[in-house]
Amino acid sequence: MSTDIAPPRAFWQGVRNGGPFILIVAPFGLVFGVVAGEAGLDVWQTMAFSVAVIAGAAQLTALQLMTDQAPTLIVIITALAVNTRMAMYSASLTPHLGGASVWQRAAVAYLMVDQAYAVSILRYEQGPPLSPRAKLAFYFGVVFLICPTWYLGTLMGALVGSQIPDWVPIGAAVPIAFIALIGPMLRTLAHVAAAFVSVVVALGLAFLPYSLGLLVAALAAMATGALVEVWTARNRPEGDAS
Amino acid sequence: MTLDQTTIWIVIVALAFGTFALRFSFLGLVGRRPLPPWALRLLRYTPVAVIPGLMAPQIFLPLEGQSSPDPVRLAAVAVTLAVGVWTRNAVWAMLGGAATLGVLTLALGV
Repeated sequence: MSTDIAPPRAFWQGVRNGGPFILIVAPFGLVFGVVAGEAGLDVWQTMAFSVAVIAGAAQLTALQLMTDQAPTLIVIITALAVNTRMAMYSASLTPHLGGASVWQRAAVAYLMVDQAYAVSILRYEQGPPLSPRAKLAFYFGVVFLICPTWYLGTLMGALVGSQIPDWVPIGAAVPIAFIALIGPMLRTLAHVAAAFVSVVVALGLAFLPYSLGLLVAALAAMATGALVEVWTARNRPEGDAS
Repeated sequence: MTLDQTTIWIVIVALAFGTFALRFSFLGLVGRRPLPPWALRLLRYTPVAVIPGLMAPQIFLPLEGQSSPDPVRLAAVAVTLAVGVWTRNAVWAMLGGAATLGVLTLALGV
C-alpha cells in the first residue's frame, strides 16, 4: 500500500500549520521596523537587516546595544549569542533534512526562524511519516508565509514608525512578543529553572557593561537546565524512564 | 541619536554571515552524525536561558526617567506568560498580553 504524502501536499500542509504564526511575526517585524527607525537606521538599512539576518531577537539585541554605545565587537558577539539556539535547531533538523542537496540545505538554513523549526520538528515527530522530499517541502511550506511576513512587517514599521503617536506603548510590545514564545517552552522543571536563573543573574549583573551580564546569565541558565535535567532523570523511579 | 553608518553596516553584514553559519552548521557540515548527548542537553536550554535574561531588565527595572518598574508592562508580561504556560500557544499568549497592555494603557493613560 502507498500512504506516501506527495511533496506538493506536504508543502500545503506546511503552509497551513505555519499560517497562524504570521500573527506573531507581523507585529514583531513591525516592532523591529519602528525601533530601528527610532535608533536612526534608514529604511534600506532596516530592510537589509531583516532580509539578511531574519532573526528578530538578535536584531533587536544588536540595536539595543548599538544605541547603548557598546563596542561593535560586543554588539556582534552578544547578538550571535542570542542566535546560538539556531545551531541547536540545525542539529535537531539534520536527521530529517540532512540528505537534501547542499543548496537546499543552505536555503533551509537561511530560512531557519524559531517558528519554522518548531512547527517542522513537531510535524516530523508526530503524524503520518513523511519521505525526506516531503519533509523538505513541508519545511518550505511553513516558511512560505512566515518569512515574507517578516520582511513586510519590518517595511511597514520602518515606513509608518514615525507616525505612531507617543502614547502607543510600542516599547512594551517587545517583551510581550518574546515572553509569548517562552511561556509554551516552560514544559519541564529544568526549563523553568533555567529561565529563572537567567532572569535572576541577568538582573543581578545588569550593572555590567556591554550586556556581559546576559552572557553570564545565559551560560549559568544553560548549565542549570542541563543539571536539573540530569538530576530529575536520576530521581525518576525505575521503569518510568520511557 | 545618530549611529555611525559604517558601524551599522558592519553589524548587519557580520550578523548575516554569523547567523547563517550557526543555522547551516550541523545541517551543512556534520551531516547525519549525531551530537554528543551533553552538547544536546546544554543546547536544549538555549532559548529559555537567553530570552528571559535578555528581557528581564526591560521588564523589572525602572524605565528611563522613572523610579520604579512600569506596572502596566509588568501586568501585560505576567498575563502573556500565564496564558502561554496555560494554553501552550504563543499566539494566544501574545494576544492576551497585547489586550492587557491596551486596556490598561487606555484605562490609566488619560
